[in-house]
Amino acid sequence: MNLNILQYAEKPIRWLLIIISIVALLRGHNYPGGGFIGGLLAGLAIVFQSLAYDVETVRKKMKLSPQSFIGIGLAIAAISLLPSIIGGAELMQAYWVKLQITESYVLKLGTPLIFDIGIFFSVIGIVLMFIFNLSK
Amino acid sequence: MILTTLPILIPLVLIIVLMFSKSSIFSEVVTIIGTFTLLAVSLIATIYVNNNGLLVAYIGGWQAPYGITLVIDHFSSILLLTTSIILVSISIYALKYFPKTSQYKRFYIFFFTLTMGINGAFITGDIFNLYVWFEVMLLSSFVLITFGNQKQQLQGGIKYLAMNLVGSLFLLAGIGLIYGKTGTLNIAKLAEIIGNYEGEIFWLNTSGILIFIAFGIKAALFPLFYWLPASYHTPNITITSLFAGILTKVGVYALVRFFTLFLAIDQEFWQNLILTIAGLTMLSGGMAASTQYDNRKILSYHIISQIGYMIMGLGIFTTLSIAGAIFFIMHNMIAKTNVFLTAGMIDKIKGTYNLKNLGGLYKSNPLMAFLFIIPAFALAGIPQLSGFFAKFILIKAGFEDGHYITTSVALFTGLLTLYSMIKIWNEAFLKKAPEHVSDNKNIKLTFKDYLPSVILGSISILMGIFASEVFDFVHHAAESLMDNATYIKSVLK
Repeated sequence: MNLNILQYAEKPIRWLLIIISIVALLRGHNYPGGGFIGGLLAGLAIVFQSLAYDVETVRKKMKLSPQSFIGIGLAIAAISLLPSIIGGAELMQAYWVKLQITESYVLKLGTPLIFDIGIFFSVIGIVLMFIFNLSK
Repeated sequence: MILTTLPILIPLVLIIVLMFSKSSIFSEVVTIIGTFTLLAVSLIATIYVNNNGLLVAYIGGWQAPYGITLVIDHFSSILLLTTSIILVSISIYALKYFPKTSQYKRFYIFFFTLTMGINGAFITGDIFNLYVWFEVMLLSSFVLITFGNQKQQLQGGIKYLAMNLVGSLFLLAGIGLIYGKTGTLNIAKLAEIIGNYEGEIFWLNTSGILIFIAFGIKAALFPLFYWLPASYHTPNITITSLFAGILTKVGVYALVRFFTLFLAIDQEFWQNLILTIAGLTMLSGGMAASTQYDNRKILSYHIISQIGYMIMGLGIFTTLSIAGAIFFIMHNMIAKTNVFLTAGMIDKIKGTYNLKNLGGLYKSNPLMAFLFIIPAFALAGIPQLSGFFAKFILIKAGFEDGHYITTSVALFTGLLTLYSMIKIWNEAFLKKAPEHVSDNKNIKLTFKDYLPSVILGSISILMGIFASEVFDFVHHAAESLMDNATYIKSVLK
């Protein structure tokens, strides 16, 4: 199947989905979103790409295997536990850094965000594993 | 405290390390080191709990009963310790018995995923979290059971998954209802609320029964056990031994942990139910085992009949009987894994599990016969081995409390057990090897092949020799289960 229109549209839509997924990832602490939903959206971008071309092409284009995505994701999630372990607090206790960007805007960064990024990558890996294996 | 969370964190780290492992030698080394570390951690945790009281951790710093609590008390520390002993022996066993295919490295990843689920289920103090760990266990064990990708394994795996998913649904429904009625998921808070419950007890029991069915499926109780013999003989023997030793006992653990709460408030209803099911489980498992001729199938049905004893200990509901049940769980996990390990050894030499095609092993391989006879006698309850004391405590507790029918059934099932063990012994070891079956003479087992079975066998013997020390130990655990005031006080500070 070779759909020209879809292939032209695919690139901007893919990047749009990836940007949306990152937005969903970042707002996830207090609003709907987070690592899981973000990961699904980012996975969707790759599903879309494999609709426009085919799964085999996309698989070759991907620099990382689905398994490494899951491994990296789990590793990032595990790293987010380190501050609480080293700091002697309860496991997974959140640590926050507050950055004063402008006078009225404070950026809060912390370990839950790192954990969410880990989940984000593992979910992408799982989605990829699904579509790669289902297409076999 | 970090020690509380280590039984979950260590497998997590190992999974990540193993995912990036390039060679199978590296995976093997990491696995062996990992299981020994887990053994050390659970030993330290057991000693700590015994001397200083409960280990409690509040995940994310959210206090109980709002956040997820992890608790290691006497009961969970005993199970953690027993599990990690089995994991050590299985990890050595896998080196020799798991086929070195392309899936070999992946086996270790899922081995530790399963470990994480099991340890999580043992140490969690929150019933919804318990459900999550059961799911982790279910998914990783489904992957393990279908390793090999043959038709038979997929069939077994589908049966296993279907039945256990139904169990998970029941569990989730029951937990939801309990949460609706009591407003908490924390086990300590739940114990407090159920202990002082003043409303109509019927409404708690209805949700309790849903959870009972769910754990009943996971633990393979009487009318719900058929997924177990349908699936346990299909995968590689390493995986079967791992499952046989640990999986159903997590269900039993959950039953004991949860229904000591319900038994305390409505003893009449729950005691009758649990004791009836215990009797039927023992009997049906034992009877079904005696009709089988596949070594693994005999042992699989046999798991079911032994689950009955543990549930009987729960149903009698005295401190002695609960202690007996915990003793029995410890003994059974070790001995049951060990008989499966010997079944694998027989298969490695003879290439079959079918007892009709086996024979003459006593003459050709007396060491293996000896290694089989230890767990077999322990399971049958021959004096001075672990099983004798476990059964003795249970039966004493049963007669003391006046449950004559179930206790007599337990005694009778003991005979059935002895019969099955003698059957394997006669068919595989004593009788002459049938002539039409060719012998794989070129395979000689080395010390490494025997080592896991030697470890588990010597623990069975040691548990018999130091029975009174072990009894004191499990009696502590039973006391804290019967009177959960300390548990509640340590968790809800």
